[in-house]
Amino acid sequence: MSLKHVGKQSVQLTAPPSFIGYASAVGRKEGEGPLGSAFDYVSDDMLFGQKTWEKGESEMVRRALELALGKANKQPEDIEYLFGGDLLNQCIGTTFGIRSFGIPFFGVYGACSTMAESLSLAAMMIDGGFADTAAAVTSSHFCSSERQYRFPVEYGGQRTPTAQWTVTGSGAAILAHEGPGPFITRITAGKIIDAGIKDANNMGAAMAPAAYDTLRTHFSDLALNPSDYDLIITGDLGQVGSEILLDFFLRDGVNLAPNYNDCGLMIFSRETQDVHSGGSGCGCSASVLNGYILDGMRSGRWNNVLFAATGALLSPTSTQQKESIPSICCAVAISNTK
Amino acid sequence: METFWEYAKAFLTGGLICALGQILVDKTKLTPARILTGYVVAGVILGAVGLYEPVKKWAGAGATVPIIGFGNLLAQGVRKAVGESGLLGAFTGAFTAAAGGICAAVFFSSVVALIFKPKEKK
Repeated sequence: MSLKHVGKQSVQLTAPPSFIGYASAVGRKEGEGPLGSAFDYVSDDMLFGQKTWEKGESEMVRRALELALGKANKQPEDIEYLFGGDLLNQCIGTTFGIRSFGIPFFGVYGACSTMAESLSLAAMMIDGGFADTAAAVTSSHFCSSERQYRFPVEYGGQRTPTAQWTVTGSGAAILAHEGPGPFITRITAGKIIDAGIKDANNMGAAMAPAAYDTLRTHFSDLALNPSDYDLIITGDLGQVGSEILLDFFLRDGVNLAPNYNDCGLMIFSRETQDVHSGGSGCGCSASVLNGYILDGMRSGRWNNVLFAATGALLSPTSTQQKESIPSICCAVAISNTK
Repeated sequence: METFWEYAKAFLTGGLICALGQILVDKTKLTPARILTGYVVAGVILGAVGLYEPVKKWAGAGATVPIIGFGNLLAQGVRKAVGESGLLGAFTGAFTAAAGGICAAVFFSSVVALIFKPKEKK
């Protein structure tokens, strides 16, 4: 009988691991956005000094992990496990980016929910006694994602009003058994939820039901209320998806709005940056968490944050074959106290 | 004044064709590639039934430059070649008529690809 598993799909950690280092590396557009000053590294060059977008994305991953290790005052050999992934075929953004570190690696594919899934696994690994120090890393790049999911940027395709802008960004977090906090205290793993949305340019609407399912399960599994958190933050629902999520909760008589926000809405200014429905991508929630949110927690602005990253599990082939978009949401509770 | 109207008519027609494409991008789930090929096919059909000719006469470049004009050109080429060489023309006519445009597109895209590097959207 598990002592830590609670309810349908949640976990209450008994020895909550601490963030001991975290960092984010982003592109110019993200640096010019409202959260620009919260990122550790902003590159003016979308290629990050490399020859292709994909190599640039890997360089961004390498840089984020290197910065996080530096802030944690750790060497690569101190990290026992690394969890991570990205949006490119075969997750090459991550594997090519971390190949020089020599850290034992588990690849994770959760689309844009990858940071929450990787953090969950790293935290459970430490809480379970299998490691003292573990890391999570993920990334996305606007230009490599356009090539992966839509058209190469040189094609110059038009974007629809509900489309979101893939964030060029990477986030890395180092967790340890002992540390100053914030701590990962609870986790709710997500199920695949498919509401039948088929429009790949409207992923916020496809992911909102998954966010609703995971958040509702989190509250019922752990007997919590939305008011137990200072901030409930979804990954990249954007404008359309966020409104749908708030609507779902209103139907249950719960007003999530006072302490709710979405990384996709925070990272860009929708008025001045022409990003349509907001930001998206693994790097969206990863860079906002490993910059703005954790900084805010350490400064005492928030004490209890529920980080619920959402992922749209589509592929270009599934879209061409007219499949709907299955989605997932993984929730990680982060607290300043154990 | 004559010249002004020529430009105005071309601008109006070309603009209408592009505006229709923008509405299709915003209001339907059609991808840009499908809208593009849809326009070519529409041009072929309108050309085949003879409906595009009057538009072309009225609007000039406003009707021939957008991709729908390319479809019309294919249809015209087939019609002409069938008249000259029979059934074989159905297979050779389209690309004979469009050869100039296609070769220019291949040539200029190659030159541009060699000279420029792709950049991010801002």
